[in-house]
Amino acid sequence: MSEGVHHNTETTGKQVCLSTGIEFSVSSGSTAARSALEQIISALQPLKLDIEETSTVEIVLAEVVNNIVEHSYGDLEGPITIRFSHHHDGLHVAITDQGCVMPDGRTPIGQLQPRDVDVDDLPEGGFGWFLIQDLAKDVLYQRVGNENQLHLRIAVAYGHSH
Amino acid sequence: MELAVKTEGDFCVVTVEEPRIDAAVAVAFKEAVRNGTQNAESQVVLNLTQVNFIDSSGLGAIVATMKHLAPERKLILAGLTPAVDKVFRLTRMDSVFPTYMTLEDALRV
Repeated sequence: MSEGVHHNTETTGKQVCLSTGIEFSVSSGSTAARSALEQIISALQPLKLDIEETSTVEIVLAEVVNNIVEHSYGDLEGPITIRFSHHHDGLHVAITDQGCVMPDGRTPIGQLQPRDVDVDDLPEGGFGWFLIQDLAKDVLYQRVGNENQLHLRIAVAYGHSH
Repeated sequence: MELAVKTEGDFCVVTVEEPRIDAAVAVAFKEAVRNGTQNAESQVVLNLTQVNFIDSSGLGAIVATMKHLAPERKLILAGLTPAVDKVFRLTRMDSVFPTYMTLEDALRV
C-alpha cells in the first residue's frame, strides 16, 4: 500500500515538473546524445507517448545534440544544456551550448541531396538538419554572447493536460 | 559493435545485435560490417530486426557500407523497425535500398 502511495506522489511530481520545465546538462562527446535521450525519455514517461511520438522526440534531439558535438564543439569539451516543458501544443525544447556560432549565424536549411545519382555519389551526410526541420516546429536559433540557443517545438502529446 | 555474420544460400546475412546505430557507434559499425563481409558473394542482407533506433550518423554509415560493397555486391535491408523505417522514409533513402519487412522476405527473393 505504501509503495502505491509513493508511486503516485512521484508521478504527480514529474507531471508538475513537465509543465513548469525540466533542465539538465550533458558533456559534449560521442555518447552525449545517448545520455541526453535516456534522461528525456525517462522524464517524458508521464505523457505516455506512443512509439511514433517517442521516435520523433528521439530523432530530433539526437540530431541537435550530435550537431553540437560535431560542429559546435568539434574536439572541444563543453556542456550541452537541455531545458524542456510540455504545453498544450507539444514539447517545447531549448538547447544551449557554448561552442562555435553556426555558419552565417543561422541554422542550415536542411535540404535533401539528390538520390538519383551513381552509388558513389550518394550522400552519406546532410540528413541531420533535414530531419530536424522536417520533424520539429518553430525552430529558432540565436547567438547570445558566447552561447548558442536553439528553441524548437515537437508536436507530441497534443492537448494532453497535466 | 556486435554483429552476427552467416551465409544463407547466395546471401551473406549480417545481423546487427545492438539496439542502436547512432553517432556513438557509427564508425565501429562501418568497420565491423566491412570486416564481416570480406568474403561475401553477390548479396549482403543487413538484418536490422534488433535495431530500434538509428540517427543520421547511422544512416550515413549504412550508405557508406553500400558504397563500399558496390559494384560487385548489393546491400539489402531487412527487418526495419518503426523508428528505423521512419528515418529511411523521411530522408527518402528507402528508395536507394531494396528493403524487406522481414529477413525471411529478403531471403525469398
